[in-house]
Amino acid sequence: MTTAGTRELASELRGFQRVQRLAYECAQEVAARLEPGVTEREAARMQREWLRARGVRDWFHLPFAWFGDRTAFVGFRVPLQFFPTDRRLEPGMPFILDMAPVFEGFTADIGYSGALGGHPLQELLMDDLEAHRELILREVRERRSLREIYQDVDRLMVRQGYANRHRAYPLGVIAHKVDRVRERRRSPRLFGFGTQALKGLASDALHGHREGWSPLWSPYRFSDHPPRPGLWAVEPHLGFRGTGAKFEEVLVVTDSRDPSESAFWLDDDLPHVRRWARRKAEEK
Amino acid sequence: MLEGARERRVRTGGIELCVAELGDPGRPTVVLVHGYPDSKEVWSEVASRLADRFHVVLYDVRGHGRSSAPRPLRGGFTLEKLTDDFLAVADAVSPGRPVHLVGHDWGSVQSWEFVTVERTKGRVASFTSMSGPSLDHFGHWINKRLTRPTPRRIGQLLGQGAKSWYVYLLHTPVLPELAWRGPLGKRWPGILRRLEKVPGGDYPTSSLPSDAAHGAWLYRDNVRSRLRRPRPDAHAHTPVQLITPLGDAFLSEQLYDDLESWAPLLTRRTIPAKHWVPRTRPDQLASWITEFVNSVESERKSEAGTPATAPQSKATGPYAERFGGQLVLVTGAGSGIGRATAFAFAEAGARVIAVDRDAESASRTAELSRALGAADAWAETVDVSDEQAMEKLAAKILAERGVVDVLVNNAGIGMSGSFLETTPEDWRKVLDVNLWGVIHGCRLFGRQMADRGQGGHIVNTASAAAFQPSKSLPAYSASKAAVLMLSECLRAELAGRDIGVTAVCPGLVNTNITSTATFVGVDAEEEKRRQKRSARMYGLRNYPPEKVASAILRAVVRNEAVVPVTPEAKASHALSRFAPGVLRRLARVEPRL
Repeated sequence: MTTAGTRELASELRGFQRVQRLAYECAQEVAARLEPGVTEREAARMQREWLRARGVRDWFHLPFAWFGDRTAFVGFRVPLQFFPTDRRLEPGMPFILDMAPVFEGFTADIGYSGALGGHPLQELLMDDLEAHRELILREVRERRSLREIYQDVDRLMVRQGYANRHRAYPLGVIAHKVDRVRERRRSPRLFGFGTQALKGLASDALHGHREGWSPLWSPYRFSDHPPRPGLWAVEPHLGFRGTGAKFEEVLVVTDSRDPSESAFWLDDDLPHVRRWARRKAEEK
Repeated sequence: MLEGARERRVRTGGIELCVAELGDPGRPTVVLVHGYPDSKEVWSEVASRLADRFHVVLYDVRGHGRSSAPRPLRGGFTLEKLTDDFLAVADAVSPGRPVHLVGHDWGSVQSWEFVTVERTKGRVASFTSMSGPSLDHFGHWINKRLTRPTPRRIGQLLGQGAKSWYVYLLHTPVLPELAWRGPLGKRWPGILRRLEKVPGGDYPTSSLPSDAAHGAWLYRDNVRSRLRRPRPDAHAHTPVQLITPLGDAFLSEQLYDDLESWAPLLTRRTIPAKHWVPRTRPDQLASWITEFVNSVESERKSEAGTPATAPQSKATGPYAERFGGQLVLVTGAGSGIGRATAFAFAEAGARVIAVDRDAESASRTAELSRALGAADAWAETVDVSDEQAMEKLAAKILAERGVVDVLVNNAGIGMSGSFLETTPEDWRKVLDVNLWGVIHGCRLFGRQMADRGQGGHIVNTASAAAFQPSKSLPAYSASKAAVLMLSECLRAELAGRDIGVTAVCPGLVNTNITSTATFVGVDAEEEKRRQKRSARMYGLRNYPPEKVASAILRAVVRNEAVVPVTPEAKASHALSRFAPGVLRRLARVEPRL
């Protein structure tokens, strides 16, 4: 690859990294401000306002917030149930903040799990997500088919004793492609999703359909292909009897032959990764 | 006379009370108050179980056992006088330190008075009530139903009214005394054995006729006056644990519907038993009393000076009242329905033993069970088809954890393929796990339950294949049909010992049974393919094992015999009875795998 190409890639990635960090910063700040009585709608608004104040004008999707057993999508049947409700946060309740801002044309899509006060079960789920982050990266580097990786993640969850809750997302996706988005003065939204981002996804889907790949990483046959170079927002979501936990971050897939270059996490300095490192240090 | 008890006599209000003490007086004091027609000996089984942990105190209520009776009897049994007695006993056995009260029947009725009147404040630390409501609460309960009658409330009134028949009889003059001192007194032990399943032995004591004759004044002195004018301020000033026997012939469960408004710090427990629980379920009572007293004590220590809070156990959910603290053993608990069942019991606060032949997944189930709120959880690695290993397990668990209260024989394997292709080896494999595993479980743990004589429940996981024939599942279906019939026979045999047996027939449930199933008559590659195909089919059906687990808990609570779970299992269960020909037709269909 030419040096110009690498440089271009590196600067692109820095853009994505910037917005992902911004989003995680937002999640942490909003999580710290959550207190008993705050509703999901209020938590979603807090995220929206925080990001708008820092220059975010467009969204891949508007921020979500799920409290209590909604973190495990208990009883979810229709997609409208994903939208924030008037459920109030109580002490000891788990929560998930999920947002996908577009900043300077770069998209992020992140998920942040926590609990108000201590919640041993939620912590256990967070600990056990580490194995999934490792598994996904390893198998993507092995160029396994996305559908197979999906099934391996599923099996790991079952072995851990958990239920797969990303199955509840539209088409059961564990990940989807994200890309640059053209900045427009106006960006209308459709069911909480930015139309610019949707347009990008649709055009990917069209290309993919012709070439035999899909921008959606699902358990279905249309995902039965090796990882496609690009940026994937990966979101394994564990559920265990009314408690759910997830992380979401961008995985970079390239067409390099070097395994470690062929796929890597966009950023390793994220709250959940730091948490695992801290745990390991404590154990030692 | 209680074994190893130290006796003393306490004088109060012109009478003498016979007080017995067991255990170390330095420990927290638990006072056990007996009911009617009983004496303190009704508590002998419970007291001996509590004695190594607490300072246990029992006394004969005035006019009962070896306590003397007031003269005259009329007016000598009012709740005020009974409260004097209690305070005298408490001051004698535990001066300066509040006691933990436990009351059964009339012992509970009077204890409610002790924990709701002003002058006992600071003398009672906690109260465990069984089969005895506060007369004041009862009065309000009746008034509420009379002033605002709805069909349901009238039904509740009539139901409790019918259960109280003996109260009306006891209000007639002289007749009850004559009956008790005459034929009824003689026949009473036999009646208790037959109708209430109270085991024989040294109970009831020889003082029964005079206890019962004197005790009639408990009713005559208190019932009418309190029900007519219940105290408006009968709020409990201590944490209360209410243990409700579900088969009580004298008290309906609905009596306690509004209890939270009278006792804000309330822990509820239910137990499938008849009225005389101190005789029939001493183990369970002792463990609940211990747990409750300990939690109140630790609360008192940690927050001395601050107002009391409810000693809540972590467990919540609809089944916590029933399964809290019970010992539950689940086989095949490393995955699928077994694991989900272990989790459901864990959520209810049970003590869970997760048995699986795979050590890692069993210990994972135990770990998650603890995180879910199980009182405790352990993993055991055993192959249920291994007779010796199962015998060892049963002996080990009896020694280390006690008798299992709920046994779930769930471990099973799948096997598919035509009968003609199934080798004797295949047959042995499937029968060893699916049938012999269940037999060993029932044989060993069922024996322990029966020997203990305090009830229990066995759940066997059969299958919808037990009544739905199929050309592709001969061995599996035969093994499961055997489990179903075994459960039915065992249910009949153990009914007399208060042990329920349930056969659960799940149907197609999304578990890993398909990916470990054997497909006979095909090579390894084809077997892999079929496992994958059937796993996908089960995945598409996607009936979660959690729903089977809740069906199992519900079945134990209701003591159901056969429980088909998925809609298709229910349908084929109905068809097997009303249109078996349809099922026979379906049996010929070759599934496309």
